[in-house]
Amino acid sequence: MSLFLIVALPFLGAVFPALLIRAGRNACSWSAGVTTLLAFIGLMINLPAVLRGEAVTARLDWLPWLGLNANFFLDGLGFLFATLILGIGLLIILYARFYLSREDPMGQFYTYLLLFQGAMVGIVLSDNILLLLVFWELTSLSSFLLIGYWKHLPEGRQGARMALAVTGSGGLAMIAGMLILGHIVGSYDLSVILQNKEAIQSSPLYLPALILILLGCFTKSAQFPFHFWLPHAMAAPTPVSAYLHSATMVKAGLFLMARMWPVLSGTPEWFYIVATTGLITMLIGALIALFKDDLKALLAFSTVSHLGLVTMLLGFGTEIAAVAAVFHIINHATFKAALFMSAGIVDHETGTRDIKRLGGLRHLMPVTFTIAVIASLSMAGLPPLNGFLSKEMMLEETLHTAWGHSHLLVPGLAVLAALFSAAYSFRFIAHVFLGPKRSDYPAHPHDPPVGLWLAPAFLVVLVVTIGLNAQAMVGPLVKVAASAVTGGELPYFKLKLWHGFNTALLMSTIATIGGLILLVSHGGLERVWNALPRPEAKTIFDAVIRALTGLSRVVTDTLHNGAISRYAMIFVTFTLAIAVYAYFTGTMTLPTRDAQDAPLLPTLAWFCLISATAMLTFLHRNRQLALVLIGVVGLIVSLSFNYLSAPDLAMTQISVEVVSIILLLLCLNFLPKTTPVDSSLTIRVRDGVIAGVAGVGSAALIYAVMIRDFSFPTISEFHLANSYKGGGGTNVVNVILVDFRGFDTFGEIIVLGIAALVIFALTEAVLASNVRAYLLNRKPEWPQSGDAHPLMMVVATRVMMPIALMVATYIFFRGHNLPGGGFIAGLVAAIAYVMQYMASGFTWAAERQRIFYHGIIGSGVLIAAATGMGAWFNGLPFLTSAFGYVHLEPLEEFELATAALFDLGVFLAVLGAVMLALESLSRFAWQPGMVTEHAMDINPKRDDPPPEPDPDADPDQPATEGGT
Amino acid sequence: MELLLATAVGVLTASGIYLIMRKRTFPVILGLSQLTYAVNVFLFASGRLAINQPPILNKYAEVSYTDPLPQALVLTAIVISFGMTAVIVMLALSAYLSSRNDRIDLTEEPGDDA
Repeated sequence: MSLFLIVALPFLGAVFPALLIRAGRNACSWSAGVTTLLAFIGLMINLPAVLRGEAVTARLDWLPWLGLNANFFLDGLGFLFATLILGIGLLIILYARFYLSREDPMGQFYTYLLLFQGAMVGIVLSDNILLLLVFWELTSLSSFLLIGYWKHLPEGRQGARMALAVTGSGGLAMIAGMLILGHIVGSYDLSVILQNKEAIQSSPLYLPALILILLGCFTKSAQFPFHFWLPHAMAAPTPVSAYLHSATMVKAGLFLMARMWPVLSGTPEWFYIVATTGLITMLIGALIALFKDDLKALLAFSTVSHLGLVTMLLGFGTEIAAVAAVFHIINHATFKAALFMSAGIVDHETGTRDIKRLGGLRHLMPVTFTIAVIASLSMAGLPPLNGFLSKEMMLEETLHTAWGHSHLLVPGLAVLAALFSAAYSFRFIAHVFLGPKRSDYPAHPHDPPVGLWLAPAFLVVLVVTIGLNAQAMVGPLVKVAASAVTGGELPYFKLKLWHGFNTALLMSTIATIGGLILLVSHGGLERVWNALPRPEAKTIFDAVIRALTGLSRVVTDTLHNGAISRYAMIFVTFTLAIAVYAYFTGTMTLPTRDAQDAPLLPTLAWFCLISATAMLTFLHRNRQLALVLIGVVGLIVSLSFNYLSAPDLAMTQISVEVVSIILLLLCLNFLPKTTPVDSSLTIRVRDGVIAGVAGVGSAALIYAVMIRDFSFPTISEFHLANSYKGGGGTNVVNVILVDFRGFDTFGEIIVLGIAALVIFALTEAVLASNVRAYLLNRKPEWPQSGDAHPLMMVVATRVMMPIALMVATYIFFRGHNLPGGGFIAGLVAAIAYVMQYMASGFTWAAERQRIFYHGIIGSGVLIAAATGMGAWFNGLPFLTSAFGYVHLEPLEEFELATAALFDLGVFLAVLGAVMLALESLSRFAWQPGMVTEHAMDINPKRDDPPPEPDPDADPDQPATEGGT
Repeated sequence: MELLLATAVGVLTASGIYLIMRKRTFPVILGLSQLTYAVNVFLFASGRLAINQPPILNKYAEVSYTDPLPQALVLTAIVISFGMTAVIVMLALSAYLSSRNDRIDLTEEPGDDA
């Protein structure tokens, strides 16, 4: 099976549990199991090739110019890890099916689990470090979901956050390290990087890259001093702990260290950082585990300790240590997953994980007892179990390792750690299963159904068989995996139980006997331990997080104090400062154009504009007056456009003006009618000065522009020359809009549509809140007109409706050659509709509006898009227009252009957007009791039988239409 | 002529900027509208002023045309700024209806409902 498929299967399969949970919990878990099984089988098909020492590859260029390729390769190391991930994944899926209770959302669980599984498989099979980083981050995210699976538990949420914060920030460091590595080598492909040991180790950037990558590995694999997140992640359901925290996620850091071993190891830096960290972690983890009463916490610290062991072995940098590391990874995954599952069973059946409340379970739960004892003894490192073999190899290696000048330090501390390890393993057996039967278990303990113990039992069988017959069971696999780690030939080795009486055996014996002594004296030691002051990692972590949050809040609050007027002031002042700087440092040529004379008419208009603006600025507190004045300004701007040879602009501006004023009027209906004085005179003078300077600046700038010619030839000449030849229209502005720059226009109608939808959504949200009650109970501020829908206005608007629409059609069609077009026609049509709303009332108009405005916007955008795409069928780029001339009797010859179809899209989008915006706003004014059967005296539906044909009924209608 | 237009742009800009520094939503909306006029006229004028030279091609005579490109850009700008104004109006209205207060600053001063 292709490697792509192996990686993709868990991700694809993640969809099924979430969907199939409706078909029941069994269907849900079967779907997860079958997906994993398929991926597992696909992996196993590659076993012969891997054992031959070949690397299976699958390559796909994804973003080659970034060096990011979806390249996968499968060698011994990747195969070993993928087997652990998928194999133990299968067992976990079985176990979780029986572990989770009915209240737990099982579909979510399996979906998260498969996502995590896919990300892990992705990590171990990636042949591109950027791709690896993507999967690495995915494991952090999916493990966050899994650890926080019991959302109702605060410990679960906190543990998930802590795990994400620690592993996520480590991941960020690792990204930097990987980028440095890729920079040194010049390629992001692992297979290339692994060939460049000399280049990397001689680079001055080796140490930073090493430290950054190790930060990622150490946080992920819970190495000291980042070990603290792992015990808190134990708030997760036990299947998650068994999977993530024994076999997979915490091993990702080890995997990466092993993967990078050929190029990063062998230097003193590597030895002292990695081996020392591993040694300390091994020792501290084992020591703390001895005094933990929570079964899962004990196992968590034990995991920390064993991860430290493997890290230390990798840090030694010798080939045989790498073999031992690989072998211990297998052994630890088997016995630790079994132990987590046993702890879960104990928790499930007795209702507690507190060792102090347990004991004497061996007769009550004989099956669990057997499983747990075998797995614990393997963890303690007793023969003939697999834990013994790799521990012996580890002890043997420490004997050949000197730290500084001391030959005794590493072996001595390793024995001590092994001693603690034996002690907590014995404690796990003795204090949970041995001893007298108790009468105060929270529940009645008994062995679980077979579904729960089958998975750990299978693992325990592996523990025993690997222990008895290591070479046959896993020898070849360890060999290919270890040679993938070292990247070369291995010295001869054979995994076997009995090495004769040697120093390592002596050390093991000391550790075991010492462990038994510690178990016996545990009570006294615990009192001493509890009396000692110890730093509590969670308190420190919380304090750090609190400090960081506080810091970011201070920074944010200083920059953003919520005073928008202040931001505006700062922005304008800053812009002015830049402009002043540019003015004094730049150069300006002399004027090249003469200013034109100003006839009387423009001068009059100028006076109108200036006085309206001045009045608006000084009298803006009277809001209705301000609206009138801004209308005057808009009108004069439209007239100026017309005067200055821009008829299209004039038409657009004046129609926009109409809808804008209606919009503002609608809004003012609800807002206060006056603006109170908020700022002191000083502030107002200050603002006035800033605004005045800005005004002078912009006036001077545009004047300077207007009395000079273009510095460069403009592209306008091209548009003028090609408008008719290439676009088939004589109105150059319209041809630019629908043809030359059609893509801009296309974007713009989409933006307009989105704006209208935003308005609609806001209206929905506000009307769904308690604002609705306020609006319904609102009393008019002024006496209302008795004549809500004046007869004359109703009649006039209805008569005008078809005329206005005809005008819109006319403007639309002539747009290509004469002033007009889709934008203007859309606005004119919108005004025609708005008039109906204003004259006859919202309810009346809305009832007759059968097509949703959303649909009109959508169809407009779709028509424009479809027109643009039509060009593809002629092999031309998007939005290339075509046109031709048609002669139909008795009509004159006329033109058909695809641009007109595009313009139709513009027309519809503008019409729909304007109408949706205004209609949404006027819905605020709706009040019950204003539903009128007939908006005016004359019933337009005379065919309907009117209930009371009373022609004078209208003035009694109680309410108004939102001030329109 | 150029001077008239330039001073008009200046006055519109000054008025717009003064109004957007006010502390209530409605003057800010008015200020944005004023600024929109100023910016649109500014952009339009960057194509230089011309009278009686609309960019409508004349098939029968050789005549000169004004610059069509700023016009096309300003045309869409007018329509888009309507959309923007509508959204801001809606935001202002929703904020006022939700809090019965049309101040734009989030400062702790005791606000009145005006």
